[in-house]
Amino acid sequence: MHTSRYNLFVSLYIKIYLTYIRCKLIILSQIFKQQGTLVKERNKFLTILLIFVCVYFVDFNTPSVSGAILEGFYMLQEYVRKHTLTCLVPALFIAGAMSATISQASVIKYFGAEAKKIVSYSVASVSGAILAVCSCTILPLFAGIYSRGAGLGPAMAFVYSGPAINILAIVLTARVLGFEMGAARAIGAIVFAIIIGLSMAFIFRNDEKERYDSAPKREIATEAGHPLQTSIFFIALIGVLIFATWAKPASDGGIFALIFNYKWPLTAVSLAVVIIMAFTGMDKEKRVTWIDETWGFSKQILPLLFIGVIVAGFLLGRPGHEGIIPSQYVEGLVGGNSLFANFFASIVGAFMYFATLTEIPILQGLIGSGMGKGPALALLLSGPSLSLPNMLVIRSVIGTRKTVVYVILVVVMSTTAGIIYGTFWG
Amino acid sequence: MKIKVLGPGCKNCEALHKATLAAVEDLGMTEAYVEYIKDISEISKYIMATPGLVVNDVVVHEGKPLPTVGKIKEILQKAKG
Repeated sequence: MHTSRYNLFVSLYIKIYLTYIRCKLIILSQIFKQQGTLVKERNKFLTILLIFVCVYFVDFNTPSVSGAILEGFYMLQEYVRKHTLTCLVPALFIAGAMSATISQASVIKYFGAEAKKIVSYSVASVSGAILAVCSCTILPLFAGIYSRGAGLGPAMAFVYSGPAINILAIVLTARVLGFEMGAARAIGAIVFAIIIGLSMAFIFRNDEKERYDSAPKREIATEAGHPLQTSIFFIALIGVLIFATWAKPASDGGIFALIFNYKWPLTAVSLAVVIIMAFTGMDKEKRVTWIDETWGFSKQILPLLFIGVIVAGFLLGRPGHEGIIPSQYVEGLVGGNSLFANFFASIVGAFMYFATLTEIPILQGLIGSGMGKGPALALLLSGPSLSLPNMLVIRSVIGTRKTVVYVILVVVMSTTAGIIYGTFWG
Repeated sequence: MKIKVLGPGCKNCEALHKATLAAVEDLGMTEAYVEYIKDISEISKYIMATPGLVVNDVVVHEGKPLPTVGKIKEILQKAKG
């Protein structure tokens, strides 16, 4: 009886997910070529129909169903209470400040054909932190960089690291899944980006001829700015985030405990510095841009994240609690640190689409249901950068052969990194 | 003088278009011709990040943050020579 219900749910979930991927595909294809509204309307209709059918047939009285729904909301509450005010909000302000003060043009110029290789690789592997927030904003930039004559290597490094290293994702990973996981993710993303870029450039070294467009003339004036004031402003902003999220250390005494005791005064001081700097070092126009950008990121990210948290809670439950998918399924597939568990996690991560930041609650649920730490890192490294829709777009830019090699590289490397991480820190 | 504002029609692109028109008017540049280009293939000939500003076929601004009206005036005056 129970198994058949689970099967029903699993198949329903797969159907919902497939429809979701199709919607996403259509959105992406619209970025590159305009499409009729008829398809859009049909998809809206199908979505409504699907929700209707689900709600019509689901038996809400069953304990496993009602428990899982409640679990979804418990998980949302946990995020709202523990992670939103102290972590997500400061991180959003940092992301907003970055895009208001750092000019995109000054970053992009390092991707040109004339830039030095070592410079373009290093910029490519870290610039995602500044330029983009999710895998959909990175794709038009990638297409532009590639056709503008950046080598295949830096372009691939950029498209890989962009979504993986964005500041919000790293901060929230460290907060929710532990500092070690956050650090492993950040380092892994940068190292992977460089290795993937170099390998792609090496494997396809003979294809790299006569691809350059005629680049237009550029004369972009660089802004003077106040480097000292800007740095103090950013340090104070990051200070707010760090002090507000400072966790109670395991032992009393020592510097960590001291900081913990004074975390709120320290947060308040940092906040005061941020406000003073915002009013002395920035003109009105820049302040407005800052708030505008922050609000833009919030609108883009928060609704998706909160929906993602509810869905993750519903499917997998909070750590130590059961969602609709039984823990033993999860443990059987991705428990421990076997080669299969790591490989499976990488493959799933590579093909599945994660909306910005939703990989974190999903992983939290999976880890709670018995996923090992190695496979969790494998999924973090292959997940946000790759998805089926995103592969199709990349393919339209660089062709099938290169895309296949790229996907294989990401999967193999994520699996390896997962095994290493699981062996030493699991 | 030929001025092109490049952007698919997003909020930032609209803002840049307005600012450019304001700058041209402030400077009283009657010979200037401001064109708002929304065609993606045309845009991608010049820039990677939108919005962009092109004066006499030279890219003078790309991406965010947007230039202020004062900054655009500076750019235009420099281009005029």
